[in-house]
Amino acid sequence: MSLMKLGAVSALALTMATGGALAKSDIVVAMQLEPPHLDPTGGAAGAIDSVLYSNVFEGLTRFAADGSIIPGLARSWEISEDGLTYTFHLAEGVTFHDGTAMDGEDVKFSLDRARAEDSANAQKALFSSIDTVEVVDPQTVKVTLSEPNGSFLFNMAWGDAVIVAPESIDNIKQQPMGTGAFRFANWVQGDNITLERNHDYWGTPAKLDKVTFKFISDPTAAFAAVMAEDVDVFTAFPAPENLPQFEADPRFDVIVGNTEGETILSTNNKMPPLDNVTVRKAIAHAINRQEIIDGAMFGLGTPIGTHFAPHHPDYVDLTGNSQYDPELSKQLLAEAGLPDGFKTTLKLPPPSYARRGGEIIASQLRSVGIETEISNLEWAQWLEQVFTGKDYGLTIVSHTEPMDINIYARPDYYFQYDNPEFQALMDELTRTTDPEARSALLKKAQTIISEDYVNGYLFQLATPTVAKSGVRGMWKDAPTQAVDLTAVYWE
Amino acid sequence: MTETGFLRAALRSRSLVLGAVLTAVFVLAAVVSFLWVPHDVAMLDIPNRMKGPDGMHPLGTDHFGRDILSMVMVGARTSIAVAVVAVGIGMVLGVPLGLAAAARKGSLLDEVIMRGNDLVFAFPSLLIAIMITAVFGASALNAIIAIGIFNIPVFARLTRGAALSLWTRDYVMAARVAGKGAARISFEHILPNVTNLLIVQGTIQFSLGILAEAALSYVGLGAQPPLPSWGRMLADSQTMISIAPHMAIFPGLAILLTVLGLNLMGDGLRDLFDPKIRRVGR
Repeated sequence: MSLMKLGAVSALALTMATGGALAKSDIVVAMQLEPPHLDPTGGAAGAIDSVLYSNVFEGLTRFAADGSIIPGLARSWEISEDGLTYTFHLAEGVTFHDGTAMDGEDVKFSLDRARAEDSANAQKALFSSIDTVEVVDPQTVKVTLSEPNGSFLFNMAWGDAVIVAPESIDNIKQQPMGTGAFRFANWVQGDNITLERNHDYWGTPAKLDKVTFKFISDPTAAFAAVMAEDVDVFTAFPAPENLPQFEADPRFDVIVGNTEGETILSTNNKMPPLDNVTVRKAIAHAINRQEIIDGAMFGLGTPIGTHFAPHHPDYVDLTGNSQYDPELSKQLLAEAGLPDGFKTTLKLPPPSYARRGGEIIASQLRSVGIETEISNLEWAQWLEQVFTGKDYGLTIVSHTEPMDINIYARPDYYFQYDNPEFQALMDELTRTTDPEARSALLKKAQTIISEDYVNGYLFQLATPTVAKSGVRGMWKDAPTQAVDLTAVYWE
Repeated sequence: MTETGFLRAALRSRSLVLGAVLTAVFVLAAVVSFLWVPHDVAMLDIPNRMKGPDGMHPLGTDHFGRDILSMVMVGARTSIAVAVVAVGIGMVLGVPLGLAAAARKGSLLDEVIMRGNDLVFAFPSLLIAIMITAVFGASALNAIIAIGIFNIPVFARLTRGAALSLWTRDYVMAARVAGKGAARISFEHILPNVTNLLIVQGTIQFSLGILAEAALSYVGLGAQPPLPSWGRMLADSQTMISIAPHMAIFPGLAILLTVLGLNLMGDGLRDLFDPKIRRVGR
């Protein structure tokens, strides 16, 4: 008996010794929101892409860590002179996680499924310019567009455009199956998702054996989990006020990166008196951005004056259009026939930038005479009342999709901004492939919405990642919703 | 008992005095806040956020630079208003129900009232309160209604139990013989004799009401910003507890001391109203 015990103890000691000698090969990554299901081609929730983009699913092209578009499953491509035909050459030896080969038929299936009439894809507009998809041979696919589209390769990099296997569709929401460096292993709903290394990966294999995504929605619990080292990495850490503590702690690294999230005071452009551009201008001048960034985000974030990411080369700094000037704001309100201000609603979703930012904005608006009735909503309520129902005056939300200025061309979008000039401009942008001309159009678009004061433009959301020191290879910025772990390792 | 005798007995009860003083402090703070607060709670002062207590801000400032003393004072208003109205709803509706049930003991009316009470009792009150505010929207008013509903059975039961024993008294018998109706007897003879009990229970329910309001505000379902509330102050301070502990300590103390004060006062009143205990000189 005692001999057996001794054996067990020495075996344990041995395991511990070898465990210490080798670099850790598993990682626990925490994030706030859990995906509702696991089909990136059939849902809008960013959490789906956070877990699966690049890790499990890949598209023809992909986002690199710096936001540039690089080859994905398509290793190279040719574009015809007229910009209408894209010939993609697929990588050799790519297999899905069930062992079947990924070829041109799968690409055709995926693209046709995404753009079909009854498609549940959340970003169908990405595929709208596709006319036909032809399989030339198993390694070559020819996509013909109905009109030139300067952002087609960019569109194909989105998580909504990843390549899926026809036989996986029935169970894709529970058992996602892609071509990535990790394969889906298990989902404990309400707690975690595990991925394991795909040993048959066609490209550079992942360095980690096992990845666990853990979902911790409560900011206090998030802080406790990191402090107790229950998690190795926390992406988009929800409580910026705790970051200085992590920075001061040698156990952790804090990486603050850019996101594509324009945080805006969305305004219902059809609800009086907000339908009056002078009133919206008055709101814009009543807002003190720096106070919001300091008060709500503890200094994290870059002021913006339009709906465009400041780190993008085509960004125009238009914050001057809406300088903090409460006196001017009061004057504008009087001009609009509302010298005593007015009353509207301010509906806030759960993130702290919205809840805290909302209280600050309410106070700033109050000082120029605009009373807001704050209501704090859960995401489901927010989507129902504000996003779908358009029953709101003001709300605060971060628009995290990359290059999403074209939402202003959709009169039925929840801002209800309807400007034919802007819509024509966006149509022209889609047709334009020349980079210089595109840049000019994008700059013009930014100026139009800034001068129309469609929304209150607050700040570009920054994303803090807290990682144990020794974790290497995490993305710093978030050019798309993704937590790409394919290059992550322990030092 | 003479009035001076009652007062002397009251002052001799240490818990009653302490409880009354604590309660008075917060009621006073709430009343004063209508006329004056050290700083405007609606004005944010971001550069001065999370400052510890000093001469300017005796209890420090919160994450928006608001003065915590002022917020605790105005928060007392919210807490007390919610609790008073909620207990009021419970008394106004619960007491007549209890009287009616006692007057018609064993009748269908009694059954309906008491089983209805059981039904409300059977649900966890906070969960129902959350449900009500989730359906009708979060606001101080809905919090009042939600907390009020759960006070009804408390008072109905208490009143019925006490009234049942009173109905067997000789003076009630005499009143019946004199031809008074059940309603008249209930209000003229029963109600005055259960008042003491109701006051004691009311004090306890009042403290529970303050806790319930704090809990609802903590989860974001009570009073909405910018109206300060102790529960939300606690919730706001949660992630900052390691950098600005005063943000959690002071609203927490306010809740603790008010609830403690009300409970001590309730205990003291019970002792005072119960002649048997008073005679042995506790």
